[in-house]
Amino acid sequence: MKVNLRINGVSRTADVEPRTTLLDALREKFLLNGAHAGCEHGVCGACTVLVDGEPVRSCLMFAAQADGYEITTIEGLAPAPGELSAIQDAFCETHGLQCGYCTPGMILSAHALLQRNVTPTREDIVEAISGNICRCTGYGQIIEAVQFAADRLQKANTPHSATPADAPAEAK
Amino acid sequence: MNADPKNFRFVSTNRRVREDRRFVAGQGHYVADVALEGMLHVAVLASQHPAARIVSIDASAALAMPGVHYVLTGDELAAATDPLMNGLDTPLVKRHPLAVGQTRYAGEWVVAVVAESRALAEDAAEQIEIAYEPLPFVIKAEEALKPDSPPVHAAHGSNVLLDRTFVWGEVDKHFAESPRQLSFRVTWGRNSTVPIETFGVLASWDPWRDMLDVWASIQMPKYPDQIARALRIPANNVRVHQDVDVGGSYGVKRGIKQTVLVAHLARRLGRPVRLIEDRLDNMGGGDAHGPDRIFDVDVAFNHDGIVKSMKIRALDNAGAYAGRAPFQLGKPIGAIVGPYQIESVQYRAQSVTSNKAVQEAVRGFGQAPTNYAIETAIDKVAAAVGQDRIEVRRRNFIRKEQFPYLIPSGSTYDSGDYHTVVDKVLAHIDFAAMEKERDRLRASGLLAGIGIAACLEPSGGNSSFEPLLNEKNTTTTWMDSCRIVVDGLGFVTITIHNTSSGQGHETLVSTVVGEVLQIDPDLIRVVRPDSLACLPSNSPVGSRMAIMLGGAAFHAAQKLKAKLTRIGAHQFGVGEDKAVYSSGGVGVAGGKPLSWIELVTIAHRQYHLLPEGMEPGLETTHVMQVPTGNTLPKDGRVQMYPCHSFEFHVVLMAIDPALGKPEIRRYVIGHDCGTVITPHIVRGMTLGGIAHGLGAALLEEFVYNDEGQLITQGFMDYLLPSAHEVPAVEIVHHCTPSPHTVFGQKGSGESGYLGAPAAISAAVNDCVASLGIAFNKLPIRISAIGDAIADAQQGKPQEQAT
Repeated sequence: MKVNLRINGVSRTADVEPRTTLLDALREKFLLNGAHAGCEHGVCGACTVLVDGEPVRSCLMFAAQADGYEITTIEGLAPAPGELSAIQDAFCETHGLQCGYCTPGMILSAHALLQRNVTPTREDIVEAISGNICRCTGYGQIIEAVQFAADRLQKANTPHSATPADAPAEAK
Repeated sequence: MNADPKNFRFVSTNRRVREDRRFVAGQGHYVADVALEGMLHVAVLASQHPAARIVSIDASAALAMPGVHYVLTGDELAAATDPLMNGLDTPLVKRHPLAVGQTRYAGEWVVAVVAESRALAEDAAEQIEIAYEPLPFVIKAEEALKPDSPPVHAAHGSNVLLDRTFVWGEVDKHFAESPRQLSFRVTWGRNSTVPIETFGVLASWDPWRDMLDVWASIQMPKYPDQIARALRIPANNVRVHQDVDVGGSYGVKRGIKQTVLVAHLARRLGRPVRLIEDRLDNMGGGDAHGPDRIFDVDVAFNHDGIVKSMKIRALDNAGAYAGRAPFQLGKPIGAIVGPYQIESVQYRAQSVTSNKAVQEAVRGFGQAPTNYAIETAIDKVAAAVGQDRIEVRRRNFIRKEQFPYLIPSGSTYDSGDYHTVVDKVLAHIDFAAMEKERDRLRASGLLAGIGIAACLEPSGGNSSFEPLLNEKNTTTTWMDSCRIVVDGLGFVTITIHNTSSGQGHETLVSTVVGEVLQIDPDLIRVVRPDSLACLPSNSPVGSRMAIMLGGAAFHAAQKLKAKLTRIGAHQFGVGEDKAVYSSGGVGVAGGKPLSWIELVTIAHRQYHLLPEGMEPGLETTHVMQVPTGNTLPKDGRVQMYPCHSFEFHVVLMAIDPALGKPEIRRYVIGHDCGTVITPHIVRGMTLGGIAHGLGAALLEEFVYNDEGQLITQGFMDYLLPSAHEVPAVEIVHHCTPSPHTVFGQKGSGESGYLGAPAAISAAVNDCVASLGIAFNKLPIRISAIGDAIADAQQGKPQEQAT
């Protein structure tokens, strides 16, 4: 079957089987390899992408279900080739990763958090990344990366959403 | 040889980790990202029986399906390949990638299906009919040890792979003389590092060049050799591409059986063939479980809590095949007394086969379970003599002036200052305040306690345990290498000769070479050639790369610096001792130095200006031998790893008795791994190691039921610590340089993990001690804690896990 997906701001089409997951379609049909298969049963979060800005496990969603939604993958975060977003750069600053396998999903979850809350508490960050399992870091430097990114985003001279800082995290 | 730490420009400074940039952009290059034209995909069909004779395999329906290319059985594969390597001298424990004749554990791979896509291969696998005749099986190690237990390998005759008793020192005398003794049992449950990326491998065969190309998610010493041997092809027909990023390993990514399987298929079918394990393949039959071990410990001590002697019996359940698992009983011999002055030790190492999945090397290679047993012993001694646990540790610690310190089993510890690390940690914590906080928590109705653990991380991995446990093995080197090439324009490229799984080796070598040559590390390129262009490496196992790869890079850079200095001195017409190398240039007193590019130009283009006999070009290599452990074992004693990092854990825990859920309120670790080369990396290893240890202590276990079935096959049952479970950890640093390494560095690849399980277990037990209960098996799951507390409150005796 044919699906029309809007990925990182660009409309793309592909022929997939009805059973093809969004993860497999992203990797095999669109050659976007940043989303990774970890458990393929919705626990580890390595396959996380954003669907209309919210973190979603692409191993649990069919490509056909994603038709009509705005999908953001890790490849959509960097502003330009070789240039990192503030959050990506923060992960480098604090070494919030080791093997890098969970990292794209982790960064997308953090990105979604900071889109709605630029002054997250440690608890907010823990909650936001709790669906992304990292076996390397013990999360310490990841949490620091998100705090560092939040601090930079607050100080950046760019407009950001007027959502109150203490707004509750949305249920996922 | 130690460089002077005061003059470091890049070592020990807070620099970024160069690998991170590609990973945060989603631009890692993992094995599943490698796609070759015409590539076929493998799905495996696993045995449902813990032990069964394979009566027949009918693949006709599968083969008739569209897109299906081949169905491979164990018989065909075994006829075409040699059995996989055994560590021990147990030739009748034969291991093949697919079961031959019978299956030996539920989850063992029996048939491989090759199709145009993984999905089609899985569809076809469902259509294969295998008739089995169930056989008797054995799951528990103590059952497997009995002479009448069903042998997993009938030809081997019993389930015993290894039963060796070492006596180091006058154990009987010391026990007889000691006024106090105690005995206990602790059990380390079968868990593993379970990387988020499963194992994967892609192979292609070129019959015109006689070349097998392999891309794999691998962390395996001598990997190409093992592939070649099993496939019966020359080793220079195997080319492993080392530029594959590995999505976590921590020891277990040894996929030799998977590689032999796809390599055979690639040759058989003339197409590239890929196997990426799914999570079920990985957990059930990926052969990546860790130690599964019962310790029976006897301790002899005096009324002050000074431990004189120890008897440890370690019974390990290796699973269905031998592999390297039994060696995980050998490595801990190098730190068998932990950080303590224990004069004599008896150690009985027993490894048995069972009808469980095969065990593989896991972070620490048996050290974390052993440390758990030793630390439990020290806590019990302290309780027995009614003394403070920290005070008893202090009394038993090796003192800093006693280094180098020879332990009874033959290893000499390089350096340490355990008392100071403990002092610093207690001062950082304000330990009296922590005790008050514990008392406050108790007064509020919670169960609260403090866990303590001290332990060593042997590092710099050699393989002395191999000849120690297998006399036919005469290996005395476990080298690693580095090459530095300066091109004609003066740019520097370093080659390293192994894969990495997040340890930051590119950052390591560029930092070290930048330090020695006094040039910017960020401008140095680091590449990993394919295995045919590689110098020898034994891969990042045994917490060794800071010492061995860092050391090789240091020595290669020193050679390069020496060559540049000679070239410069020759131009000035002076002896090398009169020329000074500085920031890439070479000069003499009072004169304008020759610049880097001038020296490079001479080396690359102006042979007439080179000193007589010097080779042109600018390239140096160094193959580094492990600093100690260069001889074969004698009388059951051997020098194991050269360096010994120290860690001291303090954990404050609270448990709500109604929930049974252990909550870590504070976690502090004192850590001494000598000179730290890259602070970010060492910190990440330590924090990650503690998280991993928390999983081992509280959550993770591969559980087999009485029917021999693995009942924790996915992440809904095999629980991994999330950001909710892992506490914020405070690290207190100390630096006792090692005399054996170039910067005084020691290993840190296993830090945190080696003591966290002991410390967390101790904290739980301190929480529940007031109820008269204790836990002697890891993991200590919430359910077990809740049940035991409820039983205790109702006056029922505690049921102990076996």
